[in-house]
Amino acid sequence: MVGKDCVAIACDLRLGLQALTVSNNFPKIFSYGSQVHLGLTGLATDVSSVSELFRYKVNMYRLREERDISPQTFANLVSSSLYERRFGPWFVSPVVAGINQTDGKPFICGFDSIGCIDFAKDFIVSGTASDQLFGTCEGLWEPNLGPEDLFETISQALLNAVDRDALSGWGAHVYIIEKDKVTKRLLKGRQD
Amino acid sequence: MRGATILKANEDKTRQLNKHTLMAYVGEAGDTIQFAEYIQANIQLYSMRNSTDLTPSETSSFVRTELARSLRSRSPYTVNLLLGGFDPRTSKPELYWIDYLASCAPVPYAAHGYAQYYCLSILDKHHHPDISLEQGMKILRMCTDELKRRLPIDFKGVVVKVVDGEGIREVEYEDGGQVLAP
Repeated sequence: MVGKDCVAIACDLRLGLQALTVSNNFPKIFSYGSQVHLGLTGLATDVSSVSELFRYKVNMYRLREERDISPQTFANLVSSSLYERRFGPWFVSPVVAGINQTDGKPFICGFDSIGCIDFAKDFIVSGTASDQLFGTCEGLWEPNLGPEDLFETISQALLNAVDRDALSGWGAHVYIIEKDKVTKRLLKGRQD
Repeated sequence: MRGATILKANEDKTRQLNKHTLMAYVGEAGDTIQFAEYIQANIQLYSMRNSTDLTPSETSSFVRTELARSLRSRSPYTVNLLLGGFDPRTSKPELYWIDYLASCAPVPYAAHGYAQYYCLSILDKHHHPDISLEQGMKILRMCTDELKRRLPIDFKGVVVKVVDGEGIREVEYEDGGQVLAP
């Protein structure tokens, strides 16, 4: 979700096999460098594999270029890496959120499992509760929110969406990304 | 007790990986032991080469990566795993739930297969982060009693091993008599 000079990304913490909850401590947001964050929904094994693959790729990028990767570059890296597996894809729907350190502008985008980029200037949703998230985000988001208001908006959007989806919830992680600061908050949420 | 559906009733489905890490496995016959011993050999090789043991979390990463690699190969291993270990550096016990798709999660308690449906609710109700071994064994007894009562196939009992700071030991588990309906 985009705000004024800030951007937020949030996920729930459930890991399940269909209706059976296995773990309520399975974060789906991973950070690459100081500002770039990647959210991954989908098959749990691919969430882990893909997050590790990008950790490797971004570390190699940083060693080669001697600077952090920008969100735009990272989005293109995600896209091309997913399309590499066009006919045997990773079963994930990633979301990228970050702030470009050169111009200070927030950036978010989403992908399908084979790397088609979906650019947006308001919000991106993904996962089993995506229908519900579209509803809550459409209802709550407004342009130019400050960091605190953005935190409240994204948290309420997520918590209310996952309460309307049996396969999501069990706690949440919320990241508020500003130009020189990232705040991570843990929301307990409903544990039933 | 041997028959058409039961070949052995007391098979120990665990492998010790190093001094304080134990892996339990279930799944396709053949795959299980092949994969478990492959992992066991590599973890032991690491210990010998580096004169230091992998911690349980490091071990879980290695196991998951190997299983994830196998998942997208021509013949994947169908093995579900539980990895229990004691980290001597942090002095904390750890448990990892890994399934045949190579999903891995650190959990306070776990089960695989049909037992999940019967045991996880009991564990969820009675488990607390700071329970003692005796309390844990009591909860385990509740679980096995429930399996005896409700599992459609004949439940042949369990092998119980305890992993703590001293290492790994098997404990005697009385296979109590009849379990009555509550």
